[in-house]
Amino acid sequence: MSAIATDLRRRMRHPLPGFGLSLGLGMAWLGLIVLLPLAALVVRSAGLGSAGWLHVLHDPRVRAALALSFGASSVAAVIASIAGALVAWVIVRYRFPGRRLMDALVDLPFALPTAVAGIALTAIYAQNGWVGRVFEPFGMKIAYAAPGIVIALIFVGIPFAVRTLQPVLETLGRDQEEAAMSLGASRITTFRRVVLPELAPALLTSFSLAFARALGEYGSVIFIAGNLPFKTEIAPLLIIIRLEEYDYDGAVAIAALLLATSFICLLAINTLIPRLFARKRRDA
Amino acid sequence: MRDPLQAPRWVHWMLIGLAMLVVAFLLVMPLAMVLGAAFREGVGVWFAALVEPDAVAALKLTLMTAAIVIPLNAFFGMATAWAVTRFEFRGKQALLALIDLPFAVSPVVAGLCLVLLFGREGWFAELLARYDVQVLFAPPAIVLATLFITFPFVARELIPLMEQQGAEEELAARSLGAGAWHTFRRVTLPNIKWALLYGVLLCGARAMGEFGAVSVVSGHIRGLTNTLPLHIEILYNEFHATAAFAVASLLAALALVTLVVRFWLEARHGDALARAHRRH
Repeated sequence: MSAIATDLRRRMRHPLPGFGLSLGLGMAWLGLIVLLPLAALVVRSAGLGSAGWLHVLHDPRVRAALALSFGASSVAAVIASIAGALVAWVIVRYRFPGRRLMDALVDLPFALPTAVAGIALTAIYAQNGWVGRVFEPFGMKIAYAAPGIVIALIFVGIPFAVRTLQPVLETLGRDQEEAAMSLGASRITTFRRVVLPELAPALLTSFSLAFARALGEYGSVIFIAGNLPFKTEIAPLLIIIRLEEYDYDGAVAIAALLLATSFICLLAINTLIPRLFARKRRDA
Repeated sequence: MRDPLQAPRWVHWMLIGLAMLVVAFLLVMPLAMVLGAAFREGVGVWFAALVEPDAVAALKLTLMTAAIVIPLNAFFGMATAWAVTRFEFRGKQALLALIDLPFAVSPVVAGLCLVLLFGREGWFAELLARYDVQVLFAPPAIVLATLFITFPFVARELIPLMEQQGAEEELAARSLGAGAWHTFRRVTLPNIKWALLYGVLLCGARAMGEFGAVSVVSGHIRGLTNTLPLHIEILYNEFHATAAFAVASLLAALALVTLVVRFWLEARHGDALARAHRRH
């Protein structure tokens, strides 16, 4: 079969049909549906000028929303990466009843509509909810406060962490671990010196993915957040509020910041992290 | 001899227990909550919430949106996957990165972009006004927002698989004299059908569940521009929690179907899906 293929490739210049057509269709669709709308945002934010930007960024309400969104997303991404590493490790390394069910359930946040997750999490962590009720006597408020926002963001982030770490753990050679332990390294040292360095790029990638998703998340957070200006108002909500006030510049500035941050995350995942670790490995 | 890498039994079970706690609290509990709250006041109340006129209108709009979005994104996703996996050209890596772009963009930002195009001060405002076409706060904007959000799903499922399969079977068909359409229908399509089905399912589930982007552009006009997720929001904010959860249970059922189909596809047709399933 493969001999035929190479022979064909040599004989014919374009052995398969439809290059121009399929590429043209794909590019036209991409341009129309994705790039044109994004271009509108980029152009509009470029037109704000430094005065416009300063005006928006000086607004304490905008600063509070950005601080909350960046802070809660970072915390949630760290927790999601650690919890995701635990779940991925258990699924890959251990055999126990319910393992495949656990593996399938990890995808739930991908599949469950965000508004559905939002009202469910709110009902669970509200003062009279299944979990909120337990914390209520201690005066701890989860829903309608920062912890609730973080929980919702962990929910959306955890599948990214598990699905990033799982393939890495699967290919992680046990030889090195065995070698380290046969040389007398303790289990903890082996984990710290052998497993963790191998996992580091995947952990950083999972953090970036979970962070990028959390920063832009709206549906699952909005019900549990409380949405009080200066306190529990996330940046995506403030975009919508500015839009409803017909303050387009205000909305565009916040949106452009979020968009730029997602670009940086994408760049980190696709370029920076692989490059950083490729160099380290070469040096070692 | 015992596996030297195997941690002591108690560590082993402690880690499994912790992972189960994470999954139970974070993933199982919300699902249980939706179903529990939906049927709290009995099947009758649950059913009444679903057949109420605003809910039916929302369901219709949601299904109509999905019926437009799925075939379009499936068709163009297949075209893109064909171009990317069967030919070499400059800028291919950039194109691959651009396909993933909607995953990285906040749904609210996507909605805002459409407002900048079709809103009062938008690029197309004059054009739309001249022909008296309403896009924003009307179904067309809902469709466009959903197209943006679900853009990558089909292509993302097909590209790694078609890359893996290579072009040899198609080349063989061509060398035996098969025409372009014949090659596609008899060789390519059977090879990618399960991945295509799964991509379509993911695209559909997301299309029916999209909230943030649709929320920005819909205008929330009851009975006219409310989709199911927006209807859930209104019910919940008006303290009709049981009705909100009843409608939510429909969408949760759809999510469960997605998971079950994936489980089944991976068990039965594992080699017909791409190996590297990473991001969604």
